[in-house]
Amino acid sequence: MVNRRVALAAALGLSLSTSFATIALAQAPAGKVTVVTSFSKDVTDPIKKAFEKAVPGVTLEVQNRNTNAGVKYVEETKANNQVDLFWASAPDAFEVLKGKKLLTPYKPKATGIPEKIGSYPINDPQGFYFGFAASGYGIMWNDRYAKANKLPEPKDWQDLAKPAFYDHVSIASPARSGTTHLTVETILQGEGWDKGWRTLKEMSGNFRSITERSFGVPEAVNSGQVGVGIVIDFFAFSAQASGFPVKFVYPTVTTVVPANVGIIANPPNKAAAEAFVEFLLSPTGQEVLLDPGIRRLPVNPAVYAKAGADYPNPFTDPRFQKMIGFDVDKSEARTAVVDTLFDQLISFQLDALKGVTKTLHEVDAALAKKPNAQAKAAADEARNLIAAMPVTEAQAASAELRGAFTGGKEKGARQAELESQWANAARENYAKAKTKAEEALKLAR
Amino acid sequence: MTAVPALSRPKRMSATPGQIALALAIAAFLLFFLVLPVATVIYVAFTEKGTNSFTLINFYDFFRTELFIRSFWNSVYVSAMSVVWASVFALPLAYLTTRFVFRGAAVVQTLGFLPLIMPPFVGAVAMQLLFGRNGSINLLLDDWFGFKIGFMEGLNGVIFVQSVHYFPFILINLSAALRNIDRAMEEAAQNLGSSGFRLFRRIVFPLAMPGYLAGASLVFVKVFDDLATPLLLNVKDMLAPQAYLRVTSIGIADPMGYVISVVLIIASVVAMWLSALALKGRDYATTQRGGGGLAKRVMSPMEAIFGYGVVILILALVLAPHLGLLLLSFATIWSYSPLPDAFTVAHYARVFGESSVYIKNTLIYASIAGGIDIVLGVAIAYLVLRTKLVGREWLDWTASAALAIPGVVLGIGYLRTFYGITLPDGTPLASLWITLVLALAIRRLPYALRACHAALQQISVSLEEAAENLGATKSRTVRRVVVPLMAGGILAGFVTSFSTAAVELSATLMLVQSNSDAPLAYGLYVFMQSAAGRGPGAALGVVAVILVAACTFLSHLIIERSQKAKGMGH
Repeated sequence: MVNRRVALAAALGLSLSTSFATIALAQAPAGKVTVVTSFSKDVTDPIKKAFEKAVPGVTLEVQNRNTNAGVKYVEETKANNQVDLFWASAPDAFEVLKGKKLLTPYKPKATGIPEKIGSYPINDPQGFYFGFAASGYGIMWNDRYAKANKLPEPKDWQDLAKPAFYDHVSIASPARSGTTHLTVETILQGEGWDKGWRTLKEMSGNFRSITERSFGVPEAVNSGQVGVGIVIDFFAFSAQASGFPVKFVYPTVTTVVPANVGIIANPPNKAAAEAFVEFLLSPTGQEVLLDPGIRRLPVNPAVYAKAGADYPNPFTDPRFQKMIGFDVDKSEARTAVVDTLFDQLISFQLDALKGVTKTLHEVDAALAKKPNAQAKAAADEARNLIAAMPVTEAQAASAELRGAFTGGKEKGARQAELESQWANAARENYAKAKTKAEEALKLAR
Repeated sequence: MTAVPALSRPKRMSATPGQIALALAIAAFLLFFLVLPVATVIYVAFTEKGTNSFTLINFYDFFRTELFIRSFWNSVYVSAMSVVWASVFALPLAYLTTRFVFRGAAVVQTLGFLPLIMPPFVGAVAMQLLFGRNGSINLLLDDWFGFKIGFMEGLNGVIFVQSVHYFPFILINLSAALRNIDRAMEEAAQNLGSSGFRLFRRIVFPLAMPGYLAGASLVFVKVFDDLATPLLLNVKDMLAPQAYLRVTSIGIADPMGYVISVVLIIASVVAMWLSALALKGRDYATTQRGGGGLAKRVMSPMEAIFGYGVVILILALVLAPHLGLLLLSFATIWSYSPLPDAFTVAHYARVFGESSVYIKNTLIYASIAGGIDIVLGVAIAYLVLRTKLVGREWLDWTASAALAIPGVVLGIGYLRTFYGITLPDGTPLASLWITLVLALAIRRLPYALRACHAALQQISVSLEEAAENLGATKSRTVRRVVVPLMAGGILAGFVTSFSTAAVELSATLMLVQSNSDAPLAYGLYVFMQSAAGRGPGAALGVVAVILVAACTFLSHLIIERSQKAKGMGH
């Protein structure tokens, strides 16, 4: 039976889904396969249903944990591992698991999937995890909110720094949200360290809130508590599909990265784990991603033929080709420093940062009516004080700073000491900037 | 007067072998399921990062960091103010429903208890939709009068949400205490010419002090340690959120998160100790148990209008979040508008189709956890108040410290301690659902303990002495005299433990191993991660609230009936 099918499939050169079914049958996976995932029920339910239909005899057990908790869970339970797969968006989480030797390498048999999406490699080069869907980063906003508050349509990151958006924007903290970390890193890589931080701080001066969960941002935008959110694309697409009055745009400096799946080291049900990976990468599995509740970008270009006309296609859409090349190694080397800088300079100093930003918006308004060179100089000085960074790009990736965060030998100072220094530097600079900005406002009026 | 002066109390019987064995058994339980798992995680606070050598430098860093010190004082301020507001909500409800003939007292008690059962995530979403910056109330205010009120902004927002959320702690403990006061005391005072507010202030309230303090200290510590509310309101400069952010973000091996946890634990124990100190040297026990069927006072028509008015006003405020939840569960799309666009029952259809297993699991887990809690609570309270065992207070403090342990820390500790232990068939101990139940029981033990402690404080030891003089053994005395007299307090403890365990999330999320073993809170969490899941999540939240409310109402009926049976009711 099995042989006949193989022969038949080969002879007819049938579609990938059939050959996938053959592989699954050849290894005869059965029983329960357990996956730890950060994906919501609306994502996992349709995939579970389709997978169990495609591979009869296997049941998919879904354990829902946020990405960080999931990594921690796999690490804590490695001595007696009961989990087969890890399935989440943020590539860094997989890097962490790989670094701790908690993943098994595997070579997927699925075909039709290119090497790269945008400029990002779809699969881990060493074969420890595999991209199954892509996501881009961008700006989502609530239409009703925007109309009521007369907000213009944002197009780029810089737009969010404009006075009109003051107190209307929300983001998740990069230290808690893997996807936001990628957004921040994308801006830093796309615009350069100093310019990138300047953009980030100018945007942040307009922030309404910095949430702790990735989903906190789309939720706030959906319900209209906040007008604009910085999110991963499918949050906006699936909200649209559910009927929420929201819109989404990809800014020019952005990136598109794969969401991944990987097999845990020493899995209790290896055959079924491999079958699940194959299923996700097969055309059948890829098509499930088009489900209105999921709305993620498949990594198999052929599948887009079945998507609607307005579905973004990263393989043909020129916007995606222009997106910056994202350097994973660079990002990984300075992850802790970037996230901690963001928290110490922005998250925990948000009130001070907002205070001076508001004054600067007032200065700009006054200057627009009546130009004044002296006032403009003072305002620029204030902006430079805000943008000043306590750490250079070279330092951020240095062994010395990394040591402070991991406890290595090369450390010059403890993490707590560095955090205090950075926070104090930011507080002093924002206070000085506030004085300068008020001076500028007096001159401008 | 029936109160027994503290000095004239006969010398306490010294510990019996049975009591020593009981104390040792409890100590072993706490050691194994609380101290050990937490210690395996917390020891990181005392090690140098990277080298694992012992150090106190992390604590030095804590006290030198401006952010942490600011967070500490913010937490103290928010907790204290929450106690004040929670008292403002709880006092009238408790007093009016226990001291007067009040129609629907059980309903009021049940409704007043509901805020405690605020399912995670959905509750916050519902509150934002009503009270948020662009919530129903502010949108209407802005429309009609052109201004908005920052109900949910900053520290004041946290105080608002916390006092609404946790005031039932005071309500339930205070009500139990008020029911236990002998009305003869009040009548004596009235005969001597005291009435109205003076009567309440000088006689009733002081006698109910153990219950009030039990509730108030719970509110204080709970608010101090709570991280969900500040985080959902995006307030980060408080201590518990700081600990959580550290423990769960990139710096998972970062000692500062655990240093903050240690500070939280110490602060909670100090708060409990202070509330115990406030009661020390006084006696709240009464021997006469209100026998003789004294009537509850009947209100004059004016008093009644005022009384019902106050009760309705308070209930309207504290139940608004649940109204929001109910609306959300029937809403199609609710976005930037005072009311949802349209209504549907589809969310309930989806929830009932998929979630009956969550409901069954929740009922089982929360009942067992609540059961464990009251057994331990009665035992610890008895050992602390009725014996002279050396170190008995340590049992109390250790159990109370559980309140301050972040759920994530307990969850990780359980995994670390019990995952390596396997059953004969190779499954790890930590993957059995009973581990989840034990974690829930440990997390909620302080609630039951405070309630049992307060109940026992109000019972005069002379009742037990009388029983023993008449030939009853110690265990028989406990069974036939002490426990029945504590019934109200025990039930209060069970209800608090049960209903809060039913919506516990943080430890649950770490320990749930399979969908078929998962409780309601996990189901809610899974639903609330997507836009399409908001409605079903709210529907599941409503189911949770109704479920727990039904259990609460039932237990109030039981209290009333048992009191009637004892001739204490009306």
